[in-house]
Amino acid sequence: MKDITFSRFDSKFLGYMFIIFVFYCIGCDSQKKKDTDLTELTYIPSGILGLPDLPVPKNNPQSNDKVSLGAKLYSDKRFSSDGTVSCATCHKPEQAFVDKLKVSKGIKNLTGTRNAPTVLNAAYYKTQFWDGRRSDLEGQSKDPLLNPVEHGLSSHDDLIKIVKADQDYTSRFKTVFGIDSDSIRIDHVAMAIASFERTIISGDSPFDRYRFGKEEKALSASAIRGLNLYMGKARCQDCHTISETYAIFIDDKFHNLGVGFKRIQPKLEEILQKKAESKNSPTSDEEILTNIESSELGRFSVTGISEDLGAFKTPGLRNIALTSPYMHDGSLTSLEQVIDLYDRGGEANPFLSSGIRPLGLSGQEKADLVSFLKSLTSPVLPSMPK
Amino acid sequence: MEEGKLSRRDFLRGTGGLLAASIVPMSLIEIACGGRGKGTHEKFTFAFISDPHLTHIKGTNFVRNFDSGLNKAIETVNLMFPRPDFAVFGGDLAQLGKREELDHGMELLSKLKVPIKFVIGEHDYYLDLGNYWQDKISKLNYSFDHKGVHFVVLNSILTYDTWIKRWKTPEERMNEMARLDNPNGSPFMVGDDQITWLKKDLENIKSGTPLVVLSHSPLYKIYKPWNFWTDDAEKIQSVLDRFDNVTVFHGHVHQVLYNQIKNISFYALMSTAWPWPYPESYTQSPHYIPKMTVFMNRQDPFHERDGTGWAFVNMDNAREEMHYKLWENKDRIVKYDESAGHPVDSIYQKPESRILPQTHY
Repeated sequence: MKDITFSRFDSKFLGYMFIIFVFYCIGCDSQKKKDTDLTELTYIPSGILGLPDLPVPKNNPQSNDKVSLGAKLYSDKRFSSDGTVSCATCHKPEQAFVDKLKVSKGIKNLTGTRNAPTVLNAAYYKTQFWDGRRSDLEGQSKDPLLNPVEHGLSSHDDLIKIVKADQDYTSRFKTVFGIDSDSIRIDHVAMAIASFERTIISGDSPFDRYRFGKEEKALSASAIRGLNLYMGKARCQDCHTISETYAIFIDDKFHNLGVGFKRIQPKLEEILQKKAESKNSPTSDEEILTNIESSELGRFSVTGISEDLGAFKTPGLRNIALTSPYMHDGSLTSLEQVIDLYDRGGEANPFLSSGIRPLGLSGQEKADLVSFLKSLTSPVLPSMPK
Repeated sequence: MEEGKLSRRDFLRGTGGLLAASIVPMSLIEIACGGRGKGTHEKFTFAFISDPHLTHIKGTNFVRNFDSGLNKAIETVNLMFPRPDFAVFGGDLAQLGKREELDHGMELLSKLKVPIKFVIGEHDYYLDLGNYWQDKISKLNYSFDHKGVHFVVLNSILTYDTWIKRWKTPEERMNEMARLDNPNGSPFMVGDDQITWLKKDLENIKSGTPLVVLSHSPLYKIYKPWNFWTDDAEKIQSVLDRFDNVTVFHGHVHQVLYNQIKNISFYALMSTAWPWPYPESYTQSPHYIPKMTVFMNRQDPFHERDGTGWAFVNMDNAREEMHYKLWENKDRIVKYDESAGHPVDSIYQKPESRILPQTHY
């Protein structure tokens, strides 16, 4: 079957095609980049009840020194334009690696558009950010540094200069990567931070001990009823998946629940037209955190596929009781509100995800679901290495 | 694909990216038959929405899932730019032909920002034999020309008077016709009167003019017990015989289905409501599913939109390339293969390439 080439289109249509092509090329490039970025993974045992083996890129193996270096970089506020923001500012180790804010605050108390997701168990995600615009932790860690409402650096060179001027850092980079000061690049920084983040995993919750450890008394009667609802009537399991031998409570997909979508729906046509004609990258990290309209397009901003309009990544549920507020925009403050959202079948909109429908839960059933969600809290959370 | 050239597939993917279009149970059809059809006409697109089966519960309540499928289709067409010249509605707006259902459907469809051409389905017809439809919505058969293409709309869901008269009430008649696997059913047909009309309508149309026939049921025979069947299909096909290029787009079967009979290419459009399985699953009676059809895989019942979808139909050089975009499932592309002389499922034709059934339900 022959492919059909551009030449068949008439000049009028070519005009449209050009727009299409420009838009697509952007997506295409990022797709290609993503594909070539796909590194082979190796899997190491997590050693924690309820967690699967940990995926680690073969080109960035774990080591104690690298984790320690990553932890230091993670906490260094000098990597922001006014010296007030580090990774730990929004992903606080002492607060289950979130900041408890509706949307996070960056430099000069500027706010973005998204609720900070926890780093806990982010190592298991196949994509990073609420819209999945990065495929791994290494890629993720570089973006906030340059975002004007987060770290606000003008370029990664700002950070590299600081690192190179710090003897402790240069010595550590030499130990970890075997490189001299001149050779330190942002990718080394990202690899170290990602390695540290791969140690921030947690399981062994009452749920894990009940489900995988066969401790029948690990859960309350209410939480057990909640688990049954979770797997059945409440339909949670389809997206927040529990496997036979472990649970990370994600499906690595994106869903439109209608949260925040009404902000843009009345002018969706105008927004999409503007976006299609814009020369800016649709995956621009800056645009997503500073433009509420682009922000609410969700996964569509990355893929350009209309099926992804208003769709956001399924978050994991471990330690969910510790990581309020909820949803990509932090608009729900309690687990009760979240359950209510699902019970009423999300917020109506034409692009509501398949499978989201009114559930008809009773008050007791809702309470049982909340009990179950609270049973996902791990007794001990990872912390910064000493 | 040759390096450096934009392939049709890229175009389709790019279109999906640009036009928030892509999502929906409908088809965006680019007509560009210049090379083969000998006609002179501008290229254009139209959207195709079919089979929403809006179902009245009581009062102002309707089945939510079916409403949402149609709403999604409408919203997506409205988000297309360049906007399609018009939309075709492929039938079965209602579930049981009730005025409440037809009124509700028209209210939803009134949000479409393009003109609509209507095709009637059996679920719209058998309560009052199409009276309300004709009063409020559309003629049952008609033709129109658009930028050099001749379109014919046929009412393909008529049946025999003896069957019509068999039932005591309109409701009983409607309920019998609405059942899928019904021993009391009766096959569809276009009917001699309409065939006479069709002959007259086509009298002055040159054989090189691209001809698109819009019907609800397929204008060929697939499986009688489910009324995937038109009793007088051969008669209609013979009327279309002299045309260089004829394409029939139909709804009704709620599945990926395509066929070639002589000069006529047949393509099914997806439903916005639900998917049907293939009749081969039930082998009690003979079936005539085209051998070229590669079945859709089993749908995931959790996801209401799975098994529904939309398709982009490209008629470049009057040969179709149907890009089915199936929600929650892998895309399908059906292309006309010149050497084979019929459409082929370009990715899934080989047995080893077919989608395996889902296993988690």
